[in-house]
Amino acid sequence: MRFAILSDIHSNLEALEACLAHACAQQAEMYVFLGDLVGYGADPVACLDRIETLAQQGALVVKGNHDEAALSGLCEDMEFTAREAIYWTRAQLGQKQRDFLQSLPYVVKIADTCYVHASADHPERWTYITEPKLAASSMKAAQTRFTFSGHIHDPTLFYTTQRANPEVFYPTPGVPISLSSLRQWLVIVGSVGQPRDGNNAACYAIMDRRQDQLTYFRVPYDHASAAKKILAAGLPPSLAQRLEKGH
Amino acid sequence: MALDFSLDPGSEIDGFRILDQIGEGGMATIHRVSKEGIKLPMVMKAPKLAFGSHPGFFVGFEVEQMVLAALSGPHVPWFIAKGKLETNPYIVMEHIEGPLLQDYVDQAVAIPEIARLVSALATAVHDLHRQNVIHLDIKPGNVLYRASGEAVLIDFGLARHSSLPDLLETAFDELAGSTAYLSPEQVRKVRSDPRSDIFAIGVILYQLSTGQLPFGAPTTSRGCRQRLYLDPIPPRCIKPDLPEWLQEITLHCLEARSADRYLTAAQVAYDLNNPQQVTITERGTRLKRAGFLTVARRWLAGFRQEPAACPPPAAHISGAPLILVALDTKNIDVALYQAVRDAVRRVVVGEAQSRITCATVLEFSMLAGGGSNHDMDTANNQYTQCLMELRRWASPLALSDERARFLVLDSTDPVDALVEYAKLNHVDHIIMGARGRSAMRWLLGNVAYKVATQAPCSVTVVRVPTE
Repeated sequence: MRFAILSDIHSNLEALEACLAHACAQQAEMYVFLGDLVGYGADPVACLDRIETLAQQGALVVKGNHDEAALSGLCEDMEFTAREAIYWTRAQLGQKQRDFLQSLPYVVKIADTCYVHASADHPERWTYITEPKLAASSMKAAQTRFTFSGHIHDPTLFYTTQRANPEVFYPTPGVPISLSSLRQWLVIVGSVGQPRDGNNAACYAIMDRRQDQLTYFRVPYDHASAAKKILAAGLPPSLAQRLEKGH
Repeated sequence: MALDFSLDPGSEIDGFRILDQIGEGGMATIHRVSKEGIKLPMVMKAPKLAFGSHPGFFVGFEVEQMVLAALSGPHVPWFIAKGKLETNPYIVMEHIEGPLLQDYVDQAVAIPEIARLVSALATAVHDLHRQNVIHLDIKPGNVLYRASGEAVLIDFGLARHSSLPDLLETAFDELAGSTAYLSPEQVRKVRSDPRSDIFAIGVILYQLSTGQLPFGAPTTSRGCRQRLYLDPIPPRCIKPDLPEWLQEITLHCLEARSADRYLTAAQVAYDLNNPQQVTITERGTRLKRAGFLTVARRWLAGFRQEPAACPPPAAHISGAPLILVALDTKNIDVALYQAVRDAVRRVVVGEAQSRITCATVLEFSMLAGGGSNHDMDTANNQYTQCLMELRRWASPLALSDERARFLVLDSTDPVDALVEYAKLNHVDHIIMGARGRSAMRWLLGNVAYKVATQAPCSVTVVRVPTE
């Protein structure tokens, strides 16, 4: 089975559609969304409706911190632009979208795989996996061979070794990586809707379970249209500029 | 801990029937296998011990499974299948009969044969680098030859693929690999420089031509560190009848600093294929090792020197292309000569590491075919005349001796000669003029067109603009 794993869509419909079309051409048979479906971008309703339809067809979806924030709370721990975008998003959502977000779990575990937005170690704390030690605690908590997550927007791969802390690897898009069964792997799939590594193409990954091969992909999309919508919606202009530059 | 699957003749694993054991190394055994529907001769490589028995050892098996599956082409065995690492770890691959380069090591091998064997090896290494893989364990025991003469590299247990996680980076505290062939940067635990493989090629050249190892086979990492500052005894001190070009190539491969070695394995193959074109420097003629002061200076510098970062192999190679410029010295067209020169100049400026071979094709044997002294003289004169013409053409480009080569190919068929030459010498780009105005064009057909369709690389056909 080929899983397309998408994270941090952030209400970017253009990027979402580009990745879904790409995954379809790659013969993806199953879709997984690792949270942060909304926030920052101008298309929360369209994105949520699209993902909800896929969920009804069997796609797995977990909750991200922006999804939680879009439901309630003061968002005091968020930076200014993120908070502005969340307040704006709340005003857009109808009951249908709120119900969908409300229904999302923090973690989905299926057989040897764990799907979670941030860290499997206390998912509700939204820990950023910024160093091997934190990757280790996520893998330890998950206790599965594979952990897929998002939250940090840079595509990154962690794997266990004989040493205490896991090793980190920055993947090359398009090159399949065989994930050996003798290790635990933490796959951070990158961001669909708001890449921040200096490459403005959308990022997602495909995991082929027949051979346990993981491939990261970068998909160029119409970021100019997505940026225009952000400006038209009266969201902070820096969010539009960010899409052009990809950081 | 033993493996829980049987490798006895007659037993079967995932449809592969074990025939017999044909090899045994320190870590793995090799068995011939067959499977219905597959005609290709195959071998199965299986580790001797199970996972957990030795930490570093099983990683090599993991790495080999990963890297071999990502490689293709004639210079690696065809990857066929792999088993599950937890239960039945194995790799099934194409069986290559050999001979093994190791079989030549204790023999007296003639110099042209050394050049052929090692040039084929360098070609295989170059192909590996093109696929972003550094072997890091090149030694005579890991090089096989197909009946066609092509070299095949085996044993990827220490290899590194620049686009895949390097599982070995942290697996060993001790040095991994055969110490005799380790490059100085490998001794310093650097695993990212493709020129490490070029160093190993140098060790093999040295070994085949002198019968000795340039740095011995030390058993401690301290012993290995000597190669960071000591240079080997020049091969011609051991075997005075070795040609200078062979010493030049060998010591060029064995430079302690990777930046001082050949840039690419293709360049090593080129020089071994074209010894008459090798520029002999002090390396080729020296008859003693560096003096105490030089060694002391290098030794001290070693403490300060941090190994430089190296781009991924494929990017590294593409920065050092070999350009073949084909010129028609029989029908000199001044405007076209200028246009080709302009095209070459753009490449030379863009790629500071490019090497340029200026070639023309001459029917030398036909000219000399009469056998009389007069015919020979005419032919020799023509040959020299062509070389002079090529040099004259190149002089405005002011290329250094290191970068420029001049060559007269002897053939009645220019297309064949150029295409074959490009294949053999890993030419990356051919630049040639369109012989648009030549009266001979209708008779010979368009050479540039044929080269463009048959060449193994990019071809730029230069045309003089017409009104």
